[in-house]
Amino acid sequence: MTPEEWTAVRLSLLIAVTATAASLPFGIAIAWLLARGRFLGKGLLDTVVHLPLILPPVVTGYLLLLLFGRRGPIGEFLNNAFGIVLAFRWTGAALACAVMGFPLMVRAIRLSIEAVDTRLESAAGTLGAHPLWVFATITLPLCLPGVIAGAILCFAKSMGEFGATITFVSNIPGETQTLPSAIYTLTQVPGGDAGALRLTLVSVVISMSALLGSELLARRIGARRVAT
Amino acid sequence: MSLEIDIDHRRGTFHLAARFAARPGVTALFGRSGSGKTTLVNIVAGLIRPDRGRIAVDGQVLVDTERRLFVPTYRRRIGYVFQDSRLFPHLSVHRNLLYGRWFARGNGGASADFASVVELLGIGHLLERRPDSLSGGEKQRVAIGRALLAHPQILLMDEPLAALDESRRGEILPYIERLRDTAGVPILYVSHSVSEVARLATTVVLLAEGKVADVGPVADILPLADVDEGGSVLDAVVLRHDEAFQLTTLSSQAGELQVPRLAAGIGMPVRAYIRSRDVMLSLQAPQQVSALNILPGKVSQIAGSGPQVDVRLECNGAMLTARLTAKSAQRLALQPGLPVYAVIKSVSFERS
Repeated sequence: MTPEEWTAVRLSLLIAVTATAASLPFGIAIAWLLARGRFLGKGLLDTVVHLPLILPPVVTGYLLLLLFGRRGPIGEFLNNAFGIVLAFRWTGAALACAVMGFPLMVRAIRLSIEAVDTRLESAAGTLGAHPLWVFATITLPLCLPGVIAGAILCFAKSMGEFGATITFVSNIPGETQTLPSAIYTLTQVPGGDAGALRLTLVSVVISMSALLGSELLARRIGARRVAT
Repeated sequence: MSLEIDIDHRRGTFHLAARFAARPGVTALFGRSGSGKTTLVNIVAGLIRPDRGRIAVDGQVLVDTERRLFVPTYRRRIGYVFQDSRLFPHLSVHRNLLYGRWFARGNGGASADFASVVELLGIGHLLERRPDSLSGGEKQRVAIGRALLAHPQILLMDEPLAALDESRRGEILPYIERLRDTAGVPILYVSHSVSEVARLATTVVLLAEGKVADVGPVADILPLADVDEGGSVLDAVVLRHDEAFQLTTLSSQAGELQVPRLAAGIGMPVRAYIRSRDVMLSLQAPQQVSALNILPGKVSQIAGSGPQVDVRLECNGAMLTARLTAKSAQRLALQPGLPVYAVIKSVSFERS
């Protein structure tokens, strides 16, 4: 593998891990709201969360560019207030991946929260636990397999994200060139087939490892639960 | 410690309207399924917000809709034992028991320490186990322990023994009795079992279709409680045991009663529940009759029309009910004031 290919692999892993880790707290919070909340505009929130799943990725990427670009309302604010620039940076790629993976993450976590028996939560309340404590000590541990599944889905989606990323942050080697963009670039140049194949294999190995890892983790949690 | 309830709550066509004040001890909510017992307990627990009303425990107001006051469940200092024990499946028995302890603030309430609760409930050998490996009786004992260790100001028990078999019930009932007599925590106890209520309750609240049909001491209310399974409650004291015949003699206001051998020690207070259909009436003192219990009394009231009537007797100040056919009542020419003898077979007493 060439140094450029290694850079693309490292960058992809960094972006995917960052996207997953940064969106997980929000994913859990939104999933809880959608599973347990009763408020006006819940349907709207549900739709907005699912939007990246149904919009063409290029459209999502372009919307991100409009909002978070240097001249976009949010991008300009972030730049002026904190000096944070997302457009054409790897952090922007992480944002694009997080947005694209978010609906998958929220969906998995929401289903597992819905499967937690609310009677257990009210029992914890009668024992004096504040709702936040109930969530931390009862709901979260019981829906952990779903949280892991959601995180893995988001990670896998991030590893494969192409359309939104390339539209929002372009395809800059060493800064925003992820595995999929590198493979795409290699297929566009003569003699790039071997490199494209190598990166494809790397991509397959990473995705399968992530899946296997989550299976093992979920099984260990399950085993711990039934152990006497 | 007292409990005052005055609430209205509508859910669809069902209207729960309850107003009563309970004395210290065990207040039994008694009624058929669908009469609103569990809803009322959930309102006291704060799991349901009543449409209108006020609830106070020991002078501390938990709900007052007029003053827009609603104390959330987690600040109410209650202990709730659910019918389905609701143990946390991801925590060991030990950590289930200690869950409420994290949040128990200050002193007061039931002063139950871990070791004594574990010992009294006989759950010491279960501490490291997971809830899903426990039997129904074990789960329920752990659930009672968990509620107690949260140092509650009031204990709510929603049919805590319904899922248990007869022998397990017999094991847990004495513990609830001990709670009532020693802990000083008021207990709101939901049940549709006459024998449980007869044994535990200080006050009975009779619920029917969401309304309080009657409130009062157990001996006054229980005879009216269940039309199908009527009976009377006699408070008694263990007088002596007859080891040869395995009988125990009880002393009650109505007279001495011989019942199958009880485990209770001499001098211990017990309650006898006498089903109306186990009571026979005679106009003269029966002689050479197999039944061991003959209580003299007077007819005070004849209730019911149709093929069966309930004859209420006054036996030295205690009330006893006998269920007879209308034919027998007519043959004996029963009428209020008539002296009679109530005959009860000793074997008809059940241990509960």
